[in-house]
Amino acid sequence: MGGVCRSCRFYCNGRLMTAPHSGVFILTVCLITGTSLLFFIFDCRYLAENVTVAIPIIGVVLFLFTMSALLRTSLSDPGIIPRATPEEAAYVEKQIDYYLEVTNSANSPTYRPPPRTKEVLIKGQTVKLKYCFTCKIFRPPRASHCSLCDNCVDHFDHHCPWVGNCVGRRNYRFFYMFIVSLAFLAVFIFACAVAHIILITRDNHQFLDAVKDSPASVIIAVVCFFSVWSILGLAGFHTYLTTSNQTTNEDIKGSFTSKRGQESFNPYSQGNVCLNCFHILCGPFTPSLIDRRGLVTDEYRLELTNPVITTDPILSLKSYGTAIKQNGQAQINTSNEAPMLYRQTVENIDSNACSITQLVSNEAPLAVAQKASDNQQYSSQPNLNHVYSNISPSQTSITKSHSYAQNINSEVDRQLGTHLKTRNNIEDLHLDPIIMNDGHILPGLNDKCSPDLNLDNDLTLHDKENSLLSASRLRLLQDTTMIESALDLDSIDLNNFRNK
Amino acid sequence: MGTHHNSETEQMAPQQCLKVFIQRDYSEGTIVKFQTRFPTELEGRIERQAFEHTITKLNEYFAMAEKATCATYCEGCLACLTAYLIYICKETHYEKCLRKVSKFVAEQNERVYQPRGLIVTDPSMRGLRVIEISCLDRPPNA
Repeated sequence: MGGVCRSCRFYCNGRLMTAPHSGVFILTVCLITGTSLLFFIFDCRYLAENVTVAIPIIGVVLFLFTMSALLRTSLSDPGIIPRATPEEAAYVEKQIDYYLEVTNSANSPTYRPPPRTKEVLIKGQTVKLKYCFTCKIFRPPRASHCSLCDNCVDHFDHHCPWVGNCVGRRNYRFFYMFIVSLAFLAVFIFACAVAHIILITRDNHQFLDAVKDSPASVIIAVVCFFSVWSILGLAGFHTYLTTSNQTTNEDIKGSFTSKRGQESFNPYSQGNVCLNCFHILCGPFTPSLIDRRGLVTDEYRLELTNPVITTDPILSLKSYGTAIKQNGQAQINTSNEAPMLYRQTVENIDSNACSITQLVSNEAPLAVAQKASDNQQYSSQPNLNHVYSNISPSQTSITKSHSYAQNINSEVDRQLGTHLKTRNNIEDLHLDPIIMNDGHILPGLNDKCSPDLNLDNDLTLHDKENSLLSASRLRLLQDTTMIESALDLDSIDLNNFRNK
Repeated sequence: MGTHHNSETEQMAPQQCLKVFIQRDYSEGTIVKFQTRFPTELEGRIERQAFEHTITKLNEYFAMAEKATCATYCEGCLACLTAYLIYICKETHYEKCLRKVSKFVAEQNERVYQPRGLIVTDPSMRGLRVIEISCLDRPPNA
């Protein structure tokens, strides 16, 4: 229930599942079994007779362990987060709308796109949760949406085509053991094949004769020699990640590296290296949260196509996620029409943000970057004055976004004494008004996306466009508008720009 | 796998009524924990203490499930040594805890929530993201 994997295939009464494209996975299986079979047929027999019987035993154990871990990784649920039920999605939308109502009535003349991130504090570290338009949820920390599987995956590490599945919370330990055991297996087979050739040469005193004698050993040695380096590298990398309790996704994005003097640490770390390893590899094993045995009933299909109709007209936003993403093109389309839909929901259609988006989507990217930023500079200033005009001068010295949030909230509260309930709902979402502001000034800029990160699969057109803004331009923007905290420029963005 | 209880509560939860969602509390990391703040929608329908008791109890169960004790580590190591074949035949500690949660939710529904016209949906039915509380006698937009 709830969790629908539209693109996954299920086998054996739902016990096994695979991601949509499993071609490379079959190649992996063939490569491993093929090489191992050659080894068992040609090298093992000779070595068992001439050296020791331990060699085939070790070989078989390693091979079985590797294959078991591989099948586990690719055939189990990586930790897919079930999608929101229509009611839950409506509830979240409603809370966002309440929020909109309040901030819009806080005398802002223009419409602002709704905030699609919320901030939570994890062990003193601020973490941004992004809203997933497909799953209609605020993604839990460490989760990410995989475009290939079209699902949000908890503890998303990466989508591994070699195992044909996402690597996430539930199958990371299998994946890690697979990589490590495969490294051992490859080294072991390589060593055995080389030993075989050397032993033959010692008997015949002629290298070419030895090669003629056992051509399979040469093939095995070559295959292992070329694959062993990448496998060892990967095993080393994942050992590092395991000891520091990070995911590949977080490592590439540099989520926990200190930025711009801002103290940053990994809030998920268990404290020390050993505990991290233990926790990831042997810690509690979460059961699958999707109902894989359940059949898709007609009722359920109907529910998917016609979400529960409520009287609130703004809730038409629910239509987002129902567009099934199959490829990148479709994804861009859905994200592109998202702002359009929003615009229909408010009276102020010709807002600045709106025209910028149109600009952006109609022109060549580079020119747009210039124009957009210019426009935004001019347009953002008056609005900012509006937003902050309620705050007394003594308060403006506080730079933490949270204190702004409190100030604004309290102002709003005073103005709209009747909206007590509304305010509670905002708090419930932990929506930060500052995010609203930067959503207005630079739509989508606060998303930590860079175009060269394939891992982040939900780059919207906006993000792509915005990431074209050069770092210097962002600096300028920051200096001219003096809204550093409001802009919330993640240094990840800046770092990426510098790297280019 | 505790699906028995799940399907029971699922059947009871009706489609068209006001639903309140208790969100996750991430202040202590990614362990499953729900916010204990009393939702305004439930004002006058249930005592604050009863609600808080349910949530704290649920949080305790989840903390137990996610707690890294020696037993869970041993279980993990054993599974690893058997090339994870043990998971086919043995129920994990986490699954046992989720079964306890389902049981607890069913019991609370029977004793506390149903007499007040409310129904709590098992959080594992919602991917442990939210606790869904349905108000049976209220339309969706009340």
